[in-house]
Amino acid sequence: MSQVFILNLSLIILLLPLLSFLIIIFNQKRTIKSAPYISTIILGIDLILSLIVAYGKLVTYSDIEYLQYKYDWFNLGNKSITIGIGVDNLAAMMLIVVNLISFLVHMFSIEYMKGDKRYPRFFAYLGIFTFSMLGIVIANNLLNMYIFWELVGLSSYLLIGFWYEKDSAANASKKAFITNRVGDLGFFAGIMIAFFAFGTFMFDDIFNQISNGVLPFGSSTILTLMGILIFAGAIGKSAQFPLHVWLPDAMEGPTPVSALIHAATMVAAGVYLTARVFPLFTADAFLFIAYIGAFTAFMSATIAITQTDFKRVLAYSTVSQLGYMVMALGVGAYTYGFFHLVTHAWFKACLFLASGSVIHAMHHAMHHHNEHHLDPQDIRNMGGLKKTMPWTYYTFLLATIAIAGVPLTSGFLSKDGILAGTLAFANLSGHWLIPIFGFSAAFMTAFYMFRLTILAFHGEPKTDIAKHTHENNMLIRFPLILLAILSIWFFYSLNPIDGGSGWFAHSFKAAKTVVPKDLQYKWLIPNKTEHHSTEHNNLDIGFETTDLPKEHHYLNKFEEEIHHQHYNAMFLSLLIAGLGIGLAFFIYHYKKLDIDKITEKIKPLYNFSLNKWYFDEIYQATFINGTIGLSKAMFWFDSKIIDGIVNLSGWITKIMGFLIGLFDNIIIDGLVNLIAWIINIFGAGVRKLQSGRVQTYILITAIFLIIFIWWIF
Amino acid sequence: MEIGLFHYLLVSAVLFCLGVFTIITRKNAILVLMGLELILNSANINFIAFAKYSGMNFDGHVAALFVIILAAAEVAVALAIFLNIYQNYKHVNIDEVSDLKE
Repeated sequence: MSQVFILNLSLIILLLPLLSFLIIIFNQKRTIKSAPYISTIILGIDLILSLIVAYGKLVTYSDIEYLQYKYDWFNLGNKSITIGIGVDNLAAMMLIVVNLISFLVHMFSIEYMKGDKRYPRFFAYLGIFTFSMLGIVIANNLLNMYIFWELVGLSSYLLIGFWYEKDSAANASKKAFITNRVGDLGFFAGIMIAFFAFGTFMFDDIFNQISNGVLPFGSSTILTLMGILIFAGAIGKSAQFPLHVWLPDAMEGPTPVSALIHAATMVAAGVYLTARVFPLFTADAFLFIAYIGAFTAFMSATIAITQTDFKRVLAYSTVSQLGYMVMALGVGAYTYGFFHLVTHAWFKACLFLASGSVIHAMHHAMHHHNEHHLDPQDIRNMGGLKKTMPWTYYTFLLATIAIAGVPLTSGFLSKDGILAGTLAFANLSGHWLIPIFGFSAAFMTAFYMFRLTILAFHGEPKTDIAKHTHENNMLIRFPLILLAILSIWFFYSLNPIDGGSGWFAHSFKAAKTVVPKDLQYKWLIPNKTEHHSTEHNNLDIGFETTDLPKEHHYLNKFEEEIHHQHYNAMFLSLLIAGLGIGLAFFIYHYKKLDIDKITEKIKPLYNFSLNKWYFDEIYQATFINGTIGLSKAMFWFDSKIIDGIVNLSGWITKIMGFLIGLFDNIIIDGLVNLIAWIINIFGAGVRKLQSGRVQTYILITAIFLIIFIWWIF
Repeated sequence: MEIGLFHYLLVSAVLFCLGVFTIITRKNAILVLMGLELILNSANINFIAFAKYSGMNFDGHVAALFVIILAAAEVAVALAIFLNIYQNYKHVNIDEVSDLKE
């Protein structure tokens, strides 16, 4: 397996879902029955290919940091625009994540979307979404990344608004698209700064230039700004505060879409981007990212506690977990941030698909009982599903345990790593607010996830519908089971309490920062003793490979500190998760505390959380109404001032025309008429002479002849 | 008193004046035509007289012959016109034929 082979294979992986999209979208009538099978099989092949690529990268070429090729697209003046694809460990892992989730979602949708009138189109959209997401994953430059970034925005718009007959779905898709655009604008500005300053879009070229001391416009502030602007793209896509508002609304899309887009792939794109450009963030940019992540994690966890819509709880939980990942990257715990991205992808997709399974069952039961007014997504209508849907329950429970961070699960490994990272960061920098946000979010996560589980699955059925639900068939169960199994610890690390010792942490070493020493946290600067290998191994086929540094005990001081904080973090997070779970059981299962009374006591807080911190209202009042007001003002300006000027000039022209017309009519025409009149008068006089009598003429001739002769002589 | 060039020219002039007078005063087209003949003949007399008194050559005679032929042709045409006028108006009263005006 050569390097070219791996890259070509990843190009095929990229193009296969596009093929699926093209086949289906142009043959919707002919593929009504076969569309799901075509696309699922294509995605299955894609998954196998990505496993091969990941094996090739992670095992065969594990010592080469980045396999890539670059291709000159076109020249603009003296700058050439280069594009290309690249595979490193991060991309290889992401290929598996995206393809596996996409494959399982395809499979799930075969059953879930059955009977929809745009059945084939759904699979076509899933195809183009997967294509765009894979494009982001294997982009080795900002330009490719941005192109596919926007494609993801478009395809998520199509998928969220798939049931566009529903106003709420149409609005949600618009909201998602526009909110993302806000972030993308920042991303675009960041890319422009990078291109302007470094003349290239390539990640490694940019990093090389920065590490050689080239700063954009010679200013460290601009470098920080560039990092934050690029991160703004991630704020939009990964639904970070303050652009998180689109994600909960996006739950209007079909549930498999929520699982695909809002659990594992699209929202992970922002985190992936942040990880990709990790080396160029300065200390200030990192602090910004860390605070954004921490605050998002905390805020959305508080909102998730009071939501009653099954999918909305999961949506806010997603926002919260994404906050975790971003926070992890912000504090420098790169490995654990990405680790959490992967583990979260499995268990959150599992949770979403399980919720899809529940909603599907509720729908069926409602259909069976001719009951159409019930909200099938409201957990207050559920309860007791444990007995009717055991497979769904146990997979959901496993994923819940994982997200709550109970030992022996993947979630524990990654979350523990992140929390250790925040503790280490706080210890080194003094920003203790970040771990406080992190730990309280962990507590709330455990609480609301078990609240959801208990309300939906435990106890007695709260409605007839819930009583008559049935377990779904294998197409729905299989993805759940597979994803639940992937939430177990031993896939990532044999030691169930230390994620840092497993193969995962070894394969995804933190990217080395390239920012000059005086702009970076000193604990992120690689240790001096480390052996730097700058030797480039350029193969004649255009590869640029960089050797991984020799194995070293700790990459930098931060890694060491994480290791020291590991047991503290584990102890604290165990305690906190236990508290959260215990509290949830105490309140909702054993009903020792009356939740209504508690709610009554903290009514303002409860309402604050129930209304999602009033973000939608605030945005409505400020940005949306502001925009509308601005548009109105613009309209007024246009219709009054601009139109007025146009009308005035028209009026002036009209007056001028009238005056010129007057001049023409009176003076010019008058002169012409006068001449004609004069000639007419003369003519009338002369006409009398012509009597028609020949004799008269002769007489006159004779007379004048005589006069003439007389005059001559 | 010897008859000389002057006498010829005098006769010719009298004849010319009579012709002009006839043309101007007569109403009948035939008479007008007669006046015209008088004028032509006065010119003929002039031609012959000048031919006789200014060295004998035949230039004057030829011109006179031309005039006679011309007069004959002219009379033919004129009489044809008068016939047409008569057919339209039932008279050849030249005063009342003023259609040329239009």
